[in-house]
Amino acid sequence: MPHPLVPVPTPETQPFWDGCNEGVLRINRCRSCGDAYFPPSLICPECSSTDVEFFDASGDATLYSYTIQQKPLALWGSDSPRSVALIKLAEGPMLTSSVINCEQTPEALQLDMPLRATFTSFDEITVLCFEPSEGNS
Amino acid sequence: MIPPGATAIVGAAESTEIGKVPDLSSVGLAIDAAANAMQDAGITAADIDGFTCGYFPVADMSRQLGIFPSWADNTVVGGCSWMFQLRNAVAAIHAGYCTTVLIVYGESGRSTRRLGQSGDAGQKGGTGQQFDMFYSGGQAAATFTLPVLRYQHEYGLSDEDLAVGAVSQREWAVDVPRATLREPTSVEEVLDSPMVAWPIRRAMCCLVSDAGGAIIVTSADRARDYPKPPVYVLGTGGALEAGVMSPAGVRDPLRPEFIRTSGNAAFSAAGVSHSDIDHLMVYDAFIHTPIFGLEGLGFVDYGEAGHFIAEGHTAPGGKLPMNTSGGGLSYAHTGAYGMLCMLESIRQVRGEAANQVADVDIALCHGWGGYWSACSTLIFGASAP
Repeated sequence: MPHPLVPVPTPETQPFWDGCNEGVLRINRCRSCGDAYFPPSLICPECSSTDVEFFDASGDATLYSYTIQQKPLALWGSDSPRSVALIKLAEGPMLTSSVINCEQTPEALQLDMPLRATFTSFDEITVLCFEPSEGNS
Repeated sequence: MIPPGATAIVGAAESTEIGKVPDLSSVGLAIDAAANAMQDAGITAADIDGFTCGYFPVADMSRQLGIFPSWADNTVVGGCSWMFQLRNAVAAIHAGYCTTVLIVYGESGRSTRRLGQSGDAGQKGGTGQQFDMFYSGGQAAATFTLPVLRYQHEYGLSDEDLAVGAVSQREWAVDVPRATLREPTSVEEVLDSPMVAWPIRRAMCCLVSDAGGAIIVTSADRARDYPKPPVYVLGTGGALEAGVMSPAGVRDPLRPEFIRTSGNAAFSAAGVSHSDIDHLMVYDAFIHTPIFGLEGLGFVDYGEAGHFIAEGHTAPGGKLPMNTSGGGLSYAHTGAYGMLCMLESIRQVRGEAANQVADVDIALCHGWGGYWSACSTLIFGASAP
């Protein structure tokens, strides 16, 4: 049985998870008002239209805020402290994730630093993370 | 609009023991508290016709207590569920659906790992389980606290100033016999406590306790016949925002609109203003939540509350006594603290608190649920206008 914290996709969210497997950040956009939003949903939270679609987002983002968790979930496979972050996507939505592929220190993790989407695979799932980028395109 | 003071609290009690209660499950703590509240009100189950409990199947718990209600609610929005339930009960009584409501809570957060209670925010396939909890393991100290660093960065609040909140609340707890932590502490001690999720240290996190609590609310007409002085419900508010167990869903984490919405509703319904508030409770699951509460409720401007607390205004002797039981950081915190938060407000209005503030005519209680998924604001008064 999978660990209870391993994300379980639903039919409505499957395109996002398929995107993770393909290495693409796939989120929703409203065809009616143009709002990009996350998490996936069948209705636009901005204008209530159900004329919504998934699209491949740029993956560009910035670091809004974070903590450095001292004892991470064992699933991550390391006892070293690691970040839990609020990430602001270039398209607008805010989401929870982690910044990886850099030192997990206050010095290395500067607020508003440019990030880009990256994907980390575990036995049962591939999840969205972010890593430092030179600058957003 | 429900007139301020249309209903009143006539029974209020905690479980007989709180803190570490290894011989009771969540169910036992709830029933113990319910029995204490009925005794406090001088009534029995036969006098109660409305019921809500939140963390248990509502029909199961009412039957165990011998209550056969004609109105029931079981709104669950996390830690402030029982505050939402009080708001709903006030409306139900005003509408004539019932006359006397018992609101029951129990949580063995420490000893039995919540044995006997229901409610799971991380259900398989749920939004939080898919998009938040994997990153933190669902650890509140690493997730609920995410806005803290941004706040410190935007408003220049040092770790030392942030730590004062924990020191102030311990100053209150020193004089509270039922508080878990009563030894005075210091900024240095708070900052030297083990790091949990930088910048959050252990002494900035709530306790993990066992406790139950219950309140009984009825119409103002009936309230006069009860033994204890009525604690009138002057105004209530409630709002939802983040949706899942992360502040990511809050539209502006430094100016969360749901706090303002809830607070405005309560102030408007009560017909009072900030300067009328003699005593304040702001649910402190972590050290930062009173900061955001003070700002969102409008007691100070955005960006000012961290320094306001650091200057001692909410500590003993300060102009705005807040979290006088010691709060979730020093008194007790089970997992869902809203009931314990309300009970301190009620004790203060009754004049029976351990740290009794002089002349509390009007008290405000603000709580959170599901991290920042929900909040509720209640204003209580010693008299009806």
